[in-house]
Amino acid sequence: MSVSVRPYGPKAALVDVDSAVEAAALADWARVHGVVADEIVPAAATVLFDGVDATALEAVLTGWRAGSAPAAGAFVEIPVAFDGPDLADVAARWGVSADEVVARLASYELTSAFCGFAPGFAYLAGLPQELAVPRLETPRARVEPGSVALAGSWCGIYPSASPGGWRVVGRTDVVLWDVDAEPPALLAPGTRVRLRPC
Amino acid sequence: MLTVLATGPQVLVQDRGRFGYAHLGVPRAGALDGPAAALANRLVGNDRDAAVLESLLGGLVVRTEVDRWVAVTGAAAPFPRATRLRAGDTLAIQALPTGMRSYLAVAGGIDVPPVLGSRSTDTLAGVGPKPVETGDVLPIGAAVGAPAALDTPRPPARGPIRVLPGPHADWFGPGVLARLAETAWIVAAASDRVGLRLEGEAIPRTPGELVSEGTVLGAIQVPPDGRPVILLADHGPTGGYPVAGVVHPDDVWQLAQARPGESLTLRPAP
Repeated sequence: MSVSVRPYGPKAALVDVDSAVEAAALADWARVHGVVADEIVPAAATVLFDGVDATALEAVLTGWRAGSAPAAGAFVEIPVAFDGPDLADVAARWGVSADEVVARLASYELTSAFCGFAPGFAYLAGLPQELAVPRLETPRARVEPGSVALAGSWCGIYPSASPGGWRVVGRTDVVLWDVDAEPPALLAPGTRVRLRPC
Repeated sequence: MLTVLATGPQVLVQDRGRFGYAHLGVPRAGALDGPAAALANRLVGNDRDAAVLESLLGGLVVRTEVDRWVAVTGAAAPFPRATRLRAGDTLAIQALPTGMRSYLAVAGGIDVPPVLGSRSTDTLAGVGPKPVETGDVLPIGAAVGAPAALDTPRPPARGPIRVLPGPHADWFGPGVLARLAETAWIVAAASDRVGLRLEGEAIPRTPGELVSEGTVLGAIQVPPDGRPVILLADHGPTGGYPVAGVVHPDDVWQLAQARPGESLTLRPAP
């Protein structure tokens, strides 16, 4: 099989994949197999290889098989106080009680698909598509650090205070970003996550 | 030690940038005019990874507390050379008639503690040292090499900015590079280290949003309003706007020196 490799300027390429989970798997495969790049950045449906020759990359990637299961990442349990300002709104959109929202969010094993937006902000995959919620019409000027929030079928936790348009359902005291830790992001791509109500 | 007596509009510690953390959401940062920063380091005998001071529009005044070779490059110095400062001497980068950014290298480098392998200040996410303020006393590393007396390289000359195809031709249709080249662009006032914003006739594109994907230095993003933003060193590692082209890596330094209000010419790379 062949993968679709799109040149991105003279020294980078985007590789198309079917899902964010597959993007994380390909990025993981590329690191394990020693693909030499300045940056390997998985995202929602692509992996960016920056600092590579697109043709050489295409040859290397013939060794990769789409659909292969990613290596099981680290497992992190996040204690969450589900008292966010948008909890009732999410409950109304899902057509269930607030308690049921909490029960459902706690029932899924989520996976950090990729980081973006801010250092350590992980896009957590694993919520079913039918539970997708739109972003806020008007983003908040300030979302508190530790806010647990939903947008589309993603779940995210704000590592630091910032403006934000995700629907906030809870908060945690867990430190998500620490430049003195290795890796500095608690929820690096591939990490498995469960939200524990507290 | 280097004592900062004045900063002008902005002074930042920068080195070649922070690599290997984009997948965790960390911008690369680094000197915006890389060749100028590299030349400053070379002139004072530094390693190319040494940190320098990036001065926006001049106005930086420092006093050295030790004898040191120093060099200023970039906008303030068309003919840069190394100068020997004695302890107690001051050095000033004047306000600039043209260009945007100047670089001050000190033998030994600015020795603030590295964060994630780099001493660069990232202005988007706040990784790295705080912006330099008047009154700061900056540590200087041990000088390792002597400047080469006969090394007087000329800085590169500005010219048209070469653009290569981006990954989203399907969002723009054929001829988008020609369209970028035909348009008389003006550098917008809102430009900063995250992106150089261009004003001019809007680039037509398919409406809608991409799902987030990785971005590169020099990517020419086109938001729904059709006004391009060229990503510079502090850009977010992922983005959701289609990319019409990519500025050749060897020409990105010119974007660091483009002033708001100036015209800017893009050319398809041969």
